[in-house]
Amino acid sequence: MTRFGLFLITLAVATAALGQRQPESAADSRRIDGLLKRDFHERGQAKMDRVQTDELQRACNRYADNPPAALAKRLEAAQLKAIPFPSGSLLGSWQAGEKIAQSGRGMTWNDKPGDAGGSCYNCHEISPKEEAHGTIGPSLARFGTLRGNSAEIQRYVYGKIYNSKASNACSQMPRFGHSGTLTEQQIKDLTALLLDPASPVNQ
Amino acid sequence: MGLALGASGLLAQKSPYADYQRMTAENAPVELYEIQGEEAWKKRAGPKNVSLEQCDLGQGPGVLKGAYAGLPRYFADADRVMDLEARLLHCMTTLQGRSREEATKRVFGNADLASEMEVLSAYIARQSNGMPLKPGTSHPKEKAAYALGQKLFYHRAGPWDFSCTSCHGEEGKRIRMSELPPLAKPEYARPVMATWPAYRVSTSSFVTLQWRMNDCYRQMRMPEPNFGSEVPAALLTFLTVNAAGETYRGPAIKR
Repeated sequence: MTRFGLFLITLAVATAALGQRQPESAADSRRIDGLLKRDFHERGQAKMDRVQTDELQRACNRYADNPPAALAKRLEAAQLKAIPFPSGSLLGSWQAGEKIAQSGRGMTWNDKPGDAGGSCYNCHEISPKEEAHGTIGPSLARFGTLRGNSAEIQRYVYGKIYNSKASNACSQMPRFGHSGTLTEQQIKDLTALLLDPASPVNQ
Repeated sequence: MGLALGASGLLAQKSPYADYQRMTAENAPVELYEIQGEEAWKKRAGPKNVSLEQCDLGQGPGVLKGAYAGLPRYFADADRVMDLEARLLHCMTTLQGRSREEATKRVFGNADLASEMEVLSAYIARQSNGMPLKPGTSHPKEKAAYALGQKLFYHRAGPWDFSCTSCHGEEGKRIRMSELPPLAKPEYARPVMATWPAYRVSTSSFVTLQWRMNDCYRQMRMPEPNFGSEVPAALLTFLTVNAAGETYRGPAIKR
């Protein structure tokens, strides 16, 4: 580290409240990406390309997940444009969707590549039959009952799971399709879990 | 998912784990690791065929009392901030003349066999029991390590866009049934940092803070941190300074 860099960081500590989130400047982002490249190694499917932040992550880090409205709009539009929406019905099997929602596996260095669930219950209430659900994300109970399952709603749900950032630039939710975690069929199955009138979510 | 940095303190008081922790704390299997750690500390090894007994953990060569509570801190001989395990690795490579590759071949053990690093951590941490956590905060590099750790704590990256705060960011939120402490806040960091390293009941094994950093990065879907490198040392500086002043009461038992 340069002496000047050290000085800047020292200054930041002196002025920052203990522990709070500080904006990550463009220089910080470059430095952290570089440090992670130096201090990490690939393991299993977790290759080193994963430490390199993309434009959206850098913007969220830069603005502490609260980017200016114009930037957020531009980022969301770019993410939306890249979603390959399948034609026809987006409703798969809610039974398969429930299994995918339950599974917390996927994408870690000790998971088998290609064997991934959505970890949905880690953060969301979904089916009333599953009480062991997290509370980081909003409750999805009765999702379809409350909203119907029109083509527009199907498209919204499929798109949200494929790339949550297309509608909320710095959403805490992973981009399950964009990241290659879930397949088109799996996302259709999860869409059915939320929207199929026969799904326990809507009972 | 075994995500927790440990249910303890504030959170544990509200949860069934508090009773569980009280019940298990009295007959800790931790002592077995401490005994093995003392043997490992005194065992001659490496090309220089010397023990670690002259290793300086910050209080002078061979001084163990209070050493763990004073870490992480800046070490002039290495010109960097080191946590306990980074410092032990430094002593293995310098004092004992061992290669980094050999010394880090098996840093994380399992239920059948703990690693050298784990038993050493148990033995050394015990000798700070009852003392306040007092990590280094005055040297410019200690301040820089804190500032870097703070940035890293919030840095989103990887295929799932996660940072430490994806799990440890908000009060009162759960992942499945686990309440995870928002560790940037001193009131949550204190009981957690005061009890590591620890015996983990769910895996019947002794685990260290480097292991904890690694397993968090695993669950963030990131590659694996290099053992003893600057990134985990900076994060541990951030977390320990957030907990400074808390009386160390480990090595503890965690679920």
